[in-house]
Amino acid sequence: MPVRHVAVAGAEGLHARPAALFVKAATDAGIAVTIGKVGSDGHADARSILAVLALDVRHGDEVVLRADGDDADAALDRLAALLGEPDA
Amino acid sequence: MSGVGIGDRAVAGPVVRMGAAVPEPDDVPRTVDVDVESTRAVDALAEVAAELRRRAQHSRDADARDVLEAQAMMAEDPTLRDEITSAVRAGKTAARGIFEAYGRYREMLAAAGPYLAARVADLDDVRQRAVAASLGVTVPGVPSPGYPFVLVATDLAPADTATLDPALVRALITEQGGPTSHTAVLARARDIPAVVGCADAALLVDGDAVLVDPAHSLVVRDPDASLVAAATEVSGSDDAAFAGPGRTADGVAVALLANVGGPDDVGAAVRAGAEGVGLYRTELLFLDADAAPERGAQVQAYQQVFRGFSEGQRVVIRVLDAGADKPLAFLDPQPEPNPALGVRGLRALRAHPRILETQLAAIAEAAKHSAADVWVMAPMVAEPAEASWFRERCQAHGLSVSGVMVEVPSAAMLAPEILAEADFVSIGTNDLAQYALAADRQASGLPTLQDPWHPGLLRLIALVGAAGASAGKPVGVCGEAAADPMLARVLVGLGVTSLSMAPGAIAGVRRSLAAVTFEECRALAGKARAAGSAAQARSAGAAV
Repeated sequence: MPVRHVAVAGAEGLHARPAALFVKAATDAGIAVTIGKVGSDGHADARSILAVLALDVRHGDEVVLRADGDDADAALDRLAALLGEPDA
Repeated sequence: MSGVGIGDRAVAGPVVRMGAAVPEPDDVPRTVDVDVESTRAVDALAEVAAELRRRAQHSRDADARDVLEAQAMMAEDPTLRDEITSAVRAGKTAARGIFEAYGRYREMLAAAGPYLAARVADLDDVRQRAVAASLGVTVPGVPSPGYPFVLVATDLAPADTATLDPALVRALITEQGGPTSHTAVLARARDIPAVVGCADAALLVDGDAVLVDPAHSLVVRDPDASLVAAATEVSGSDDAAFAGPGRTADGVAVALLANVGGPDDVGAAVRAGAEGVGLYRTELLFLDADAAPERGAQVQAYQQVFRGFSEGQRVVIRVLDAGADKPLAFLDPQPEPNPALGVRGLRALRAHPRILETQLAAIAEAAKHSAADVWVMAPMVAEPAEASWFRERCQAHGLSVSGVMVEVPSAAMLAPEILAEADFVSIGTNDLAQYALAADRQASGLPTLQDPWHPGLLRLIALVGAAGASAGKPVGVCGEAAADPMLARVLVGLGVTSLSMAPGAIAGVRRSLAAVTFEECRALAGKARAAGSAAQARSAGAAV
């Protein structure tokens, strides 16, 4: 199963608007994607805004993205890029 | 139907009632087939998501749009949906399943700390909507029927009023609340006519035609056309005829100023024809901060406000009024039995002199680079020694015009001695009424004691007005009382020389003062202060 590790670069971490953007992108990918915090147990469904918010990912936290299915690699690359990008 | 009128314009329109909050659904087993109940849950969530998305699309406010979109996602959340359908399968009703599932996430978010605090409120709102949808009841909150209407509610909370659009909500009626309630403050600030504390409004239903007449504190159900024409014509005067500085009919000047919280309010103040700023609250810079803002950041913020005004216009800036009931982490708040009576305002600043010194230095620097007359003011002064200490600190920073707020009753009674140590005073009627009548501004069920027309407050104001006249120094009012067009006449008659209010209220006050002479103001003041109750004072003040 393809995996990516990303340090979250946005100043707000994975809260508010960045979380919504991430969840929307994960949903649009059309495949199952999970996200977990490195150092914590548990993976959240990346298409679930509540589960993602509940992870309480802060600026600089490292997360693990996993996906399975067609184009999993391409989807993970897009999502990793979204998280790794500092705020525009 | 009678209540407390806010504003002076009369408006007629159809009633749409505020959706009532939905109580926690009972945890009883579902009596309906599992598939039917699951569908009910899923449909409710989809309905809520669609409605929130629709509001997001129609929102002109980018921040509101982001919140609404995030909320729509919360309603469509796949993990949540799965949890809810499982709960229904296990025997819960759709409403209860929704309530509990959101409740679990609510706890998670609440535990995660301040970052997510706002999201908890958003989640609560989504939960309310989803539960309501699953029960088939009106969704709580401000309705948007798609046409201009008169909003009727038991009362309104700040969360409800944040999104009110004056173009659609033509007037407000609340069953509860008084002249200092959130609804009253908001209505004045946005120039939305309102009648609050109107218990009979419980009888109004969606679709009723009403006339809201704040000048007479009345709501008329099913008014006839001639009544509507008469009421709306009288108060619908052409504002252009009343532009210009505040003055009575016989030319006595009463400066009409704006209350502002920061640079964002300056535009509205200038457009409303404010002659300056009577109260610039500096707390917003300090709230939500871990440490007092740096001098440079303060200079920038103050300059942005000062620069909105020109030579000859005053900007009265109040130093940090916090502590106790407005706790700031860096002010090291200690638990107090009565925060409103504790270490707050100037008392908190004396305990943290560096914060005051930095603020005064920043104000002085910002003032140097602007044309406006910058006056500095201290909050919560109770005795002359505090006023003289504050003046000395201001002068040490080159700030030559300093004064104090009169919001503590002792300050009103010691006004002559305080005016010997201050260049001006400004009466904070909200807190002064609170302390004088021993009635918490936020408490419900005490509207007659929170009414700024109360003679117990008016006589204190009279003491300050007289002291100001003897000393030849300005006496301003910056509390909600200043925004009441009828009460403004009484205040002028009591010796008040300037009135500061939310920009939306300026036009109404200007119109009202222009319609009476100074002697008439004094006569009204004499009758109002001699009354034995707020209601009597109001009647006395309405008859010219």
